[in-house]
Amino acid sequence: MTDAIVVGAGHNGLVAAAYLARAGLDVVVLESSPEIGGATRSEEAFPGFRFSVFSYLVSLLRPEIIHELDLVRHGLFLVPTASTLNPLPGGDCLFREADPQRTYRHIARHSRRDAEALFEYKIEMRRMGHLMYRLQRAAPDELAAAIGDRVAESAEHLDVEVSAEVADIARYFLDLPPARLRSFVQMLTMSSADFLGQWFESDVLKAALSSSSIIGSMLSPRTPGSAYVLLHHYMGEIDGVYREWGFQKGGTGAVAATIARAAQSHGAEIRTHSPVARVLVREGRTAGVVLANGDELRAGVVLSSAAPQISLGQLLDPEDVPGGAALVERAARWQSGGCAGKVNLAISGLPRFECMPEPGPHLSGGITIAPGLDYVDRAYDDAKYGGFSERPFIDMIIPSVLDPDMAPPGKHVLSCFVQYAPYELAAGPWDDSQREALGDAVVRTLAEYAPGIEDQILHRQVLVPPDIEAIAGIPGGNIFHGELRLSQLFLLRPDPAAAAFRTPLPGYYLCGSSTQFGGGISGGPARLAALRVLDDLRTADTAGGGGGETH
Amino acid sequence: MPRRAPQGTQAVQRALALLRSFTPEAPEHRLSDLAASHGLHPSTAHRLLGVLEAEGLIGRSPDSQAYRWLPGAPGAGDAVPSTRRNGLRPLEPLRTPFHRRTAELCESDAWRDWSGYTCVETYEPTPEREYWAVRNAAGLIDVSPLFKYEITGADAERLLDRVMTRDFSKSRTGRVMYTSWCNEEGHLLQDGNVQRLAGERFLVSAAEPCLRWFEDCGRGMDVEVRDVSEEIGVLALQGPRARAVAEAATTGIDFGAMRYFDLAAGEVGPGAGGGPVTVTRTGYTGDLGYEFWVAAGHAEALWDALVEAGRDHGLLPAGLLALDMVRVEAGLVLIDVDYVSAAHAEIEVLKVTPAEAGLGFTVKLDKEADFVGRRALELELDRGPAWAVVGLEVDWFELERLWSEIDLRPQVVGQPACREPTPVFAPGGWQVGQCTSRFFSPLLKKYLGLATVHADAAALGAELDVEVAVGYGRRRARARVVRRPFFNPARKTAVDPMPGVDE
Ligand SMILES: Cc1cc2nc3c(=O)[nH]c(=O)nc-3n(C[C@H](O)[C@H](O)[C@H](O)COP(=O)(O)OP(=O)(O)OC[C@H]3O[C@@H](n4cnc5c(N)ncnc54)[C@H](O)[C@@H]3O)c2cc1C
Repeated sequence: MTDAIVVGAGHNGLVAAAYLARAGLDVVVLESSPEIGGATRSEEAFPGFRFSVFSYLVSLLRPEIIHELDLVRHGLFLVPTASTLNPLPGGDCLFREADPQRTYRHIARHSRRDAEALFEYKIEMRRMGHLMYRLQRAAPDELAAAIGDRVAESAEHLDVEVSAEVADIARYFLDLPPARLRSFVQMLTMSSADFLGQWFESDVLKAALSSSSIIGSMLSPRTPGSAYVLLHHYMGEIDGVYREWGFQKGGTGAVAATIARAAQSHGAEIRTHSPVARVLVREGRTAGVVLANGDELRAGVVLSSAAPQISLGQLLDPEDVPGGAALVERAARWQSGGCAGKVNLAISGLPRFECMPEPGPHLSGGITIAPGLDYVDRAYDDAKYGGFSERPFIDMIIPSVLDPDMAPPGKHVLSCFVQYAPYELAAGPWDDSQREALGDAVVRTLAEYAPGIEDQILHRQVLVPPDIEAIAGIPGGNIFHGELRLSQLFLLRPDPAAAAFRTPLPGYYLCGSSTQFGGGISGGPARLAALRVLDDLRTADTAGGGGGETH
Repeated sequence: MPRRAPQGTQAVQRALALLRSFTPEAPEHRLSDLAASHGLHPSTAHRLLGVLEAEGLIGRSPDSQAYRWLPGAPGAGDAVPSTRRNGLRPLEPLRTPFHRRTAELCESDAWRDWSGYTCVETYEPTPEREYWAVRNAAGLIDVSPLFKYEITGADAERLLDRVMTRDFSKSRTGRVMYTSWCNEEGHLLQDGNVQRLAGERFLVSAAEPCLRWFEDCGRGMDVEVRDVSEEIGVLALQGPRARAVAEAATTGIDFGAMRYFDLAAGEVGPGAGGGPVTVTRTGYTGDLGYEFWVAAGHAEALWDALVEAGRDHGLLPAGLLALDMVRVEAGLVLIDVDYVSAAHAEIEVLKVTPAEAGLGFTVKLDKEADFVGRRALELELDRGPAWAVVGLEVDWFELERLWSEIDLRPQVVGQPACREPTPVFAPGGWQVGQCTSRFFSPLLKKYLGLATVHADAAALGAELDVEVAVGYGRRRARARVVRRPFFNPARKTAVDPMPGVDE
């Protein structure tokens, strides 16, 4: 007898399955595509060359998940990327290394004031990341209730039970020093260029730091709200150290595989080739799912890790829930257009950057083409009017330097995350010639900083938002399942009626990237969702069974 | 355990040491120079260099007057960058202007990063001789990595009076002031020295960068802050013979008239022409000593003059390990070791006021100018500081008692100062603070510690327990709060200091 069904075997669906199975539930994961992993998949795209197809680096993955699910035993292996190189025109660069003294000197070449300011900026941002870490440990309804309780000094007006941990988080939030609260509000509302402008004077450093504020977002560093995307990335950590990034051996697909093994070790079953058509409802409660082929699978609990347009807009029959029509309507308006593409290259040798031609530590770090705020803003402008960026923003790593198993000896793979490439082109739908034109723009741009790279390319894979939609099953191809902006955060995520993992349909939950914690390889949404499900089951049990088919 | 080199290996070691002297920066050496710098008889050096040349590891200069570095020859110092540095970076390694000299003498190959500079940790394999040189003769320490800012303009004094806790309206040309500076909350940012070089020209030396802070505090003032860190080399000459050596190595300075924290300008070398140098009677050792501030271009001449002058006075170059030992004896706190700069503290509890860092004497609340942090520090005056830095002393009998538990004599000598914080307890009770620097002083024959403890546990003479390593175990040793500095010779501040004072 199946207790719980999880829709989607992206990393979040797998995390949810693992937590539920670990708690003793009989869990089945249903994945529409032939592969698990969703946006984290990796594949040997060309003989000997492995691509981390979409996502490429890990930082947001919650340490509590690593430890609770024992992921190291199941294959988690994160190789740190300790530096960031921003090549600049004319053979110059901005290089940030692990060693703060060297980083100070690199930046001092551009501005001594900024070199000094970076140190204090990092401390402030670690505190901001830490605040986010705390806020994201609670379901948003509990958090709001706890904060409301404290503000109103009354436990009655919001009917949510608040755990000691959440009460603690609320206290932490309300006791923030005013200056920090101001930073937080700034980060929720400001553009990253303005936010960073409060700290720094040099354009190259502001551009370099603003990279994390536009990733996956249809925003320029000069668009209000982009500072929040920056903050989202500053809550990433590895082993307690904020702002660290690692490359999973084998590509991020191996993260999903690792979580899948953890789930299976607790008895979860994962079925691919199993698209879910809708949630089955009996007597106003979740009763299971109906697959696209008409098969039914019964369970009292269903969690969907798919994006809200699917989870709320397709799987749910508006007739089945109060306010259903409005809910579906809102799901359709969820802001989640894709704006990023991926160009994966197989190359015959290491790229030679004009600023640092020889092999060195810079090749095992992040390499970002964002030589100035104007540059990125112009790249955004192209997309604003329905084109892809002629000279794109590129966030690149060389996976084969971090993990020699990714390419044959001496050869390499380049992973280029590219913006902006809007889901819909003004010129008409994406076709192969458009794709190749984007690929050419990327190679042309890289060649400005690493001359000769065009002759090193053996194979090329160009993926644009419609490909992300088709392969990873994310409508619109938005990498986070929805834009990260204040109107889509906390109690509004992904819908006011479904902001706490619960939906208006009893027994039907959300656990994907659009829920609290948000997108990225974090597992954060799914863990909280699974804990919420387990909590609800316990409550139903002690209340003498609320109707769900649970044990 | 030190191993005796087997017979015959000495020649190999010497040959390799010679080979390492040849670097792209120092490609040519004369036989006599090499023999002298390696302490070899010229005939021995000649023999060894001949072998190196025959083996194609070094060459001869065109006039064959000197031996020469061969690009790509294996083994030569820094001659194999591609394998060692694993590729190029846009930054050259940061070297102090004395680096060629210190590198030549650094037998131990023990280097340490200090603000990005490669600095000698100990010249010899162990720091003992360097430590004793400072206390018994003279030590020469390269402290160039300090950050240095020149502050000029009509409002230079005004800026310093605004930033610093000391009263700069009282500063005079030719004097140095040791001071703290704080943020608006009265939390300590740094401590450092400020030289008044001329009317409105100052030089601030600091452990951490602070250009932005000074510039921001000086907004609207007629003042310029210039980072001259890389332009100026600094040597600390410290120890009872410092005056004699300084006098012999410079011209134009009346050392007899130089008081503690005075500064004077002179020339490098016994005869004129070695270039200008500023000398301050300051240091970080608690001993008689001087610091020499020189333009990078004259740095080597200064080094050479001091080493030459020191030859008859037992002068040794001393590394950072020896410096750390003597500064603990001097009871001087070190930023980010004994206190955390408010600019680096991620959480509030780590931030301290100057008084809480043992630097209360640098705060002049009676000064006229409003200064950054003043209001907060005035409030602290009513409330009293929460913490205090104390000197802790564990006496010999306590050490004997602890070590006899494992049937050994105290094993405390010969260890460099330790910076790993350990807890300090009320006697037999709760933790009241932490010991942040500690070291067994062979001079004073006591185990010394600098600790930050709750203010009410800090009374002179009070007893506290410190955690010490005894074999593999950790024991609580009974310590007493004593006056800092632990070591404070009269010569440090004596007028017209002469050899023999305190000896
Ligand atoms: C190009 C790109 C680059 C990225 N780079 C990074 C990065 O470097 N670091 C990082 O942390 N994050 C990155 N991300 C974001 C991150 O990969 C995603 O946020 C995350 O993987 C989403 O996980 P998920 O489990 O919530 O959803 P998904 O991975 O989208 O998984 C949802 C799954 O549900 C399945 N599904 C959908 N509908 C149905 C249905 N009806 N029936 C059955 N199954 C269904 C889908 O097929 C899919 O497998 C990137 C994303 C993209 C697209």
